[in-house]
Formats: sequence, structure tokens, C-alpha cells
Amino acid sequence: MATGQATAASRAQRRRNRLRRAALYAFLTSMAVVWLFPLVWAVYTALRPFSDTQQRGYISLPGVLTLDNFINAWNQAQIPHAYFNTLIVAVPGVIVTLIVASMVAFAVSKFSWRFNLVVLLVFTAGNLLPQQVLIVPLFKLYVALSGIPEPLSDNGLLYDQYFGIILINIVFQMGFVTFVLSNYMKTLSKELTEAALVDGASVLRIWASVIMPLCRPAIAALATLEFTFIYNDFFWPLMLMSHGNRRPITAYLNNLQGQFFTDINLLTAGALLAAIPTILVFMALQRQFVSGLTLGSSKG
Amino acid sequence: MADRGSEPLAPALAGSAGGTGATAVGGRVRRRYSLLTRWDKIVLALMVGIPLLFDLALIWGPTVVSFLISFTNWNGIGSPFDAKVIGLANYDNLFTAYPFFWPALQHNIIWLCWLMFIATPFGMFMAVLLDRQLRGSTFYQTTFYMPVVLSLAVIGIIWKLQYAPEQGFINNLLGRTSNTNEIDWLGDPSLNLWAVLVATSWRHVGYIMVIYLAGLKAFDPSLREAAKVDGANERQIFFRVVFPAMMPINIVIVVITTIEALRAFDIAYIINRGKNGLELLSTLITNNGISESNRLGFASAIAVVLLMISLGPIIAFLVRMLREDQR
Repeated sequence: MATGQATAASRAQRRRNRLRRAALYAFLTSMAVVWLFPLVWAVYTALRPFSDTQQRGYISLPGVLTLDNFINAWNQAQIPHAYFNTLIVAVPGVIVTLIVASMVAFAVSKFSWRFNLVVLLVFTAGNLLPQQVLIVPLFKLYVALSGIPEPLSDNGLLYDQYFGIILINIVFQMGFVTFVLSNYMKTLSKELTEAALVDGASVLRIWASVIMPLCRPAIAALATLEFTFIYNDFFWPLMLMSHGNRRPITAYLNNLQGQFFTDINLLTAGALLAAIPTILVFMALQRQFVSGLTLGSSKG
Repeated sequence: MADRGSEPLAPALAGSAGGTGATAVGGRVRRRYSLLTRWDKIVLALMVGIPLLFDLALIWGPTVVSFLISFTNWNGIGSPFDAKVIGLANYDNLFTAYPFFWPALQHNIIWLCWLMFIATPFGMFMAVLLDRQLRGSTFYQTTFYMPVVLSLAVIGIIWKLQYAPEQGFINNLLGRTSNTNEIDWLGDPSLNLWAVLVATSWRHVGYIMVIYLAGLKAFDPSLREAAKVDGANERQIFFRVVFPAMMPINIVIVVITTIEALRAFDIAYIINRGKNGLELLSTLITNNGISESNRLGFASAIAVVLLMISLGPIIAFLVRMLREDQR
């Protein structure tokens, strides 16, 4: 009798658990549909010619599905050139940011030095400032400071130059990378540095051959994340470049919008072209991307 | 920068007092000699000094200059140091005469409250739901944080396709696309802020979810087990055990959310340049100081207001950093 009751109770319990599980799946699946919808809808609409959606309405089965919008956006709007601009800015931007920030992180986390914490605070806080707080004087500085030599600038200024955009990206992103890497380096055993110093290695050597190899996972994560950050940066080129044809793809969207305002399908195709590289990076390096985001928050 | 040549850049070798060569002076451990050569010290000084110089020149310098020129009527011509000092006139104008300041501040506050009380808790909730053995867990996670890799400019355009009056999905679904009954989600100043907040949340929820999920995964399972044995249900376990123990991450999340709300710019700019219902402190700064007029002193006064508000979360973050450092 007693055992019968117990099994009945546990059966009821199990049924309740199964129901709750089913509800959980139903909820998650419906949320996933909601989450995917805006992007799927954008892709769907971008595949339809404007005439098709005008004729049949936006919520309708397609008369034709073509890549024409993508091709037209590609050809009419200098999108290849905008990608090229992004590449010029993002590649040196990411590499120099990582090198410079890893040096700062190394110096402040491996050696005790009077201003060590102050330096770290200055870098971290600088990265947390809203960019708009400093844009007015920065803009004036970019316009006024002259004498930047030729290969870096063709007008002598920082304004309207790849170099200026690379520079501000590096300086702004440095804070975040320094913060994350210094936390990471603090977890590495201090005896490593000591042993290498006793063996007579120079600090530069220790940075390059001892510390950096050990930081490889963090560097990989940060490289992925920084690439997306710089790729997605809209603000600096918008404010610090006047020529639309020098703007990297994300900031170039602002020009695209003016050019394609009559055809939302075409505009969407352009925006999706801008999004594709980050989505590909994300698909390929998802783990690095996620661990980059969480490195910055779970530690320190 | 101070002369660092004479500073002993002693390596922080194992903080153990009493190690050879180390003497405790007033409770602090100082190495009496250094393993570093003069050259090493120079290299270290350069490693920190050069980036620091750039950080001061391009980030902190302009921030301080913003503060200074907010007391002048500088119009951008000539040196800011020749501009006339007008005391608090810019602030007075801002608070009492400029019609967009209070709406912009209000929009920033709404933005913050929306993220803090709706989007962020929802992201945490999703993290809690996904923090268990689930079939298809990777699929769900990928789906929810996929928008995090998109720029807010792209997001603005993608959502235009939802919100556009005649061509947008929502109005087509509701059958409200004719001139007489269409809803102008992004053009109507009483609606557009909310429409943009929904689009922003699409990204923000995933961002918070990733961060919180990582925290939950690192959470000691034995604590949870112990609570379960004591008869606590899932809700009790979360609110009484997990949430309090996750305080450090909760603080990071609050800081991130606040800063995101204060930085909001891209999506408002791509939609209508931050006007007509989408005024934000950030867009007022660029519209007054760069794009449309040359009221640099005035724009800087807005920047100072934004700076003062930002200092709250920044200081909260730094305090936490210092505490961690002492541990």
C-alpha cells in the first residue's frame, strides 16, 4: 500500500517534470523564432526585387527570388571599396591594439611599480567613457593638428585619414584589452617571470617568449572580439572623416542610406552585405567570441 | 610623467615576506635589489609610458578640454584659449532655454530604465533557463547571441524593415499601411523611442545572456545541491543562493547596462540622426558641436553633463576593480 502510494506520487512528480520540460522547450523555441525573425525577414526581403514586393505586398510569397539587390548594392555603392577601407583600418587596429595593450598589461601585472594601479585605472576608465564626451575637442584636434607625414596622411592632418581612425580605435580599445589581459596575466605564476629574470632574460624577451605564448587563448579571444568591435565601429569615421568613400563599411551605411532611401529592399541588401563578415567570423570563431566577452566580465 | 629612471621597478616576485632579499618595511614588502637591468627598466617605462601618453592625449585630454570649454563661448574658430569665458551661461542656457535638453535627458533615463528593468533581467532569465542540460542548447544560445555581433547601425536598418509605415512587416501584418491608418513607428515622436528600444534589446538581451551564462556555469554546483537537499525549489535556489553569490557579476552587468544606455548613439543616428523624439545627450553633442552648428562651448556643456552621469557607473566599476586587486 505504502509503496503503491510512493510510486503513484513519484509518477505524478515525473509527469509534472516532463510537462515543465515541454513548456521550457516550447518557450525557448518560440523565443528563438522571434529572435531569428528580423534577420530572416531581412534576408527574405533583400532577395526580392522592389517591383515584386510593390506588386504582391511585403507579406507574400515571392514572384521571384534573385540576388539582384545584393549585386546592385555591390556595384552601385562602392561596397567593395568600403570593405577595403574596413580592412585597412581593422587589421592594423587589432594587431597594434593587442601588442600595445599586452605590453602595458605585462608591465603593470608582472612588476610592482608605484603607479601601476593608477595606470590600470586610467586605461580602464578611459575605455568606459562615452565617446561623445570627448568628440568635440578630439574633432578640433584632428582638424587642427598638422604636419602628419605623407604615408600616414595625404592632407597633413589626422582628419579624414585612415591613420586617424586607426589611431583613435587603438587608443580607445587599448583600455579594454589592457584590463582583460592584466587580469589574465595575474593568474599566471609569478615564478615564471622570476626564473626567466634570474636566467638573465630581458623583459622584452620575457614578454615575447614567456608571457605571450601563455596568453594565447586570451589573445585569440580578444582578437576575435576586437575585430568585431572595430569592424562595427560607426562613430569615429562618421565624425572624423568627411569623405564617404574613405569610410569603413559600418560607417558607410550612413551614406548608403542616403543613396538607397527609395528602395528599402536594396538598402537592406547593403546592410546585410555589411553584416556578413561579422556573422562569418562569429560562426567560425564563436567560442573565441564568447570567451572574449566573458573574459572581460567574469574576471576582475 | 615623473622620472621613472630612479624608480625601482622591482618585480613583484611572490608576495611572500621573508623571502631572500626582501625586507618588510612598515608591513610592505620591498626588494632590496632588483633583477632588472637599467635597460629593462627603460623598456618597461616605454611599454607603459608611450600608450599612456596617447591615452592621455586622445582620451583624457579632450575630456578635460571639453570641461574647460564648456565655460566659454568658443565657436571653433581660433584657439579655445582665446575664447571668451562666460561662466555658467552655457549651462544656464542648456537647463532653461534649450528645448531639447530635458527631453534628451529623459530619453536617456528611459533608455537606461528599459535596459535595466526589462532587457537585462530578460537576458539573465534566458541565461538561467539555458543553464541546464538541454537538447539543442547550442542552437538556442547561438540564436540569442547572434545579434550581438551586428553593429547597431545594421540593426537599425534591419528593424526599419519591421517598422516602416508602408513596407514594414508590422504594419503589413496589422493591415495598417494606407495613408489614413498607418502607424509611423519610427516617425511618430511618441512611439519611436519605444520602437528603437525594442530593436536595441534584440542585441542587449543576448549580450547579457552570454555574460550571465558564463557566470552561472562557473557557479559551484554543490551549493545548489545543498539547497536542493534542504527542500528549496528552483526559484528559491536562484534568488536565495545563486543570485547573492553572483554579486560580482551582477555588478558588472549593472555597469555594462548603464554604460550602454549612456553611450546609445548609433541606432538613433541611423534612424533619424537623433531627432524628433529620439534626442539623446550623445546626439545633441554631435549635432551642436560638429554636424550642424559650431556651438562648441555649448556642446561641451552637454558633454560635461553626460560625463558627470557616466562617472557613477565608471567609479562603481573601478571600486570593484580595486577591491578585487586587494584580494
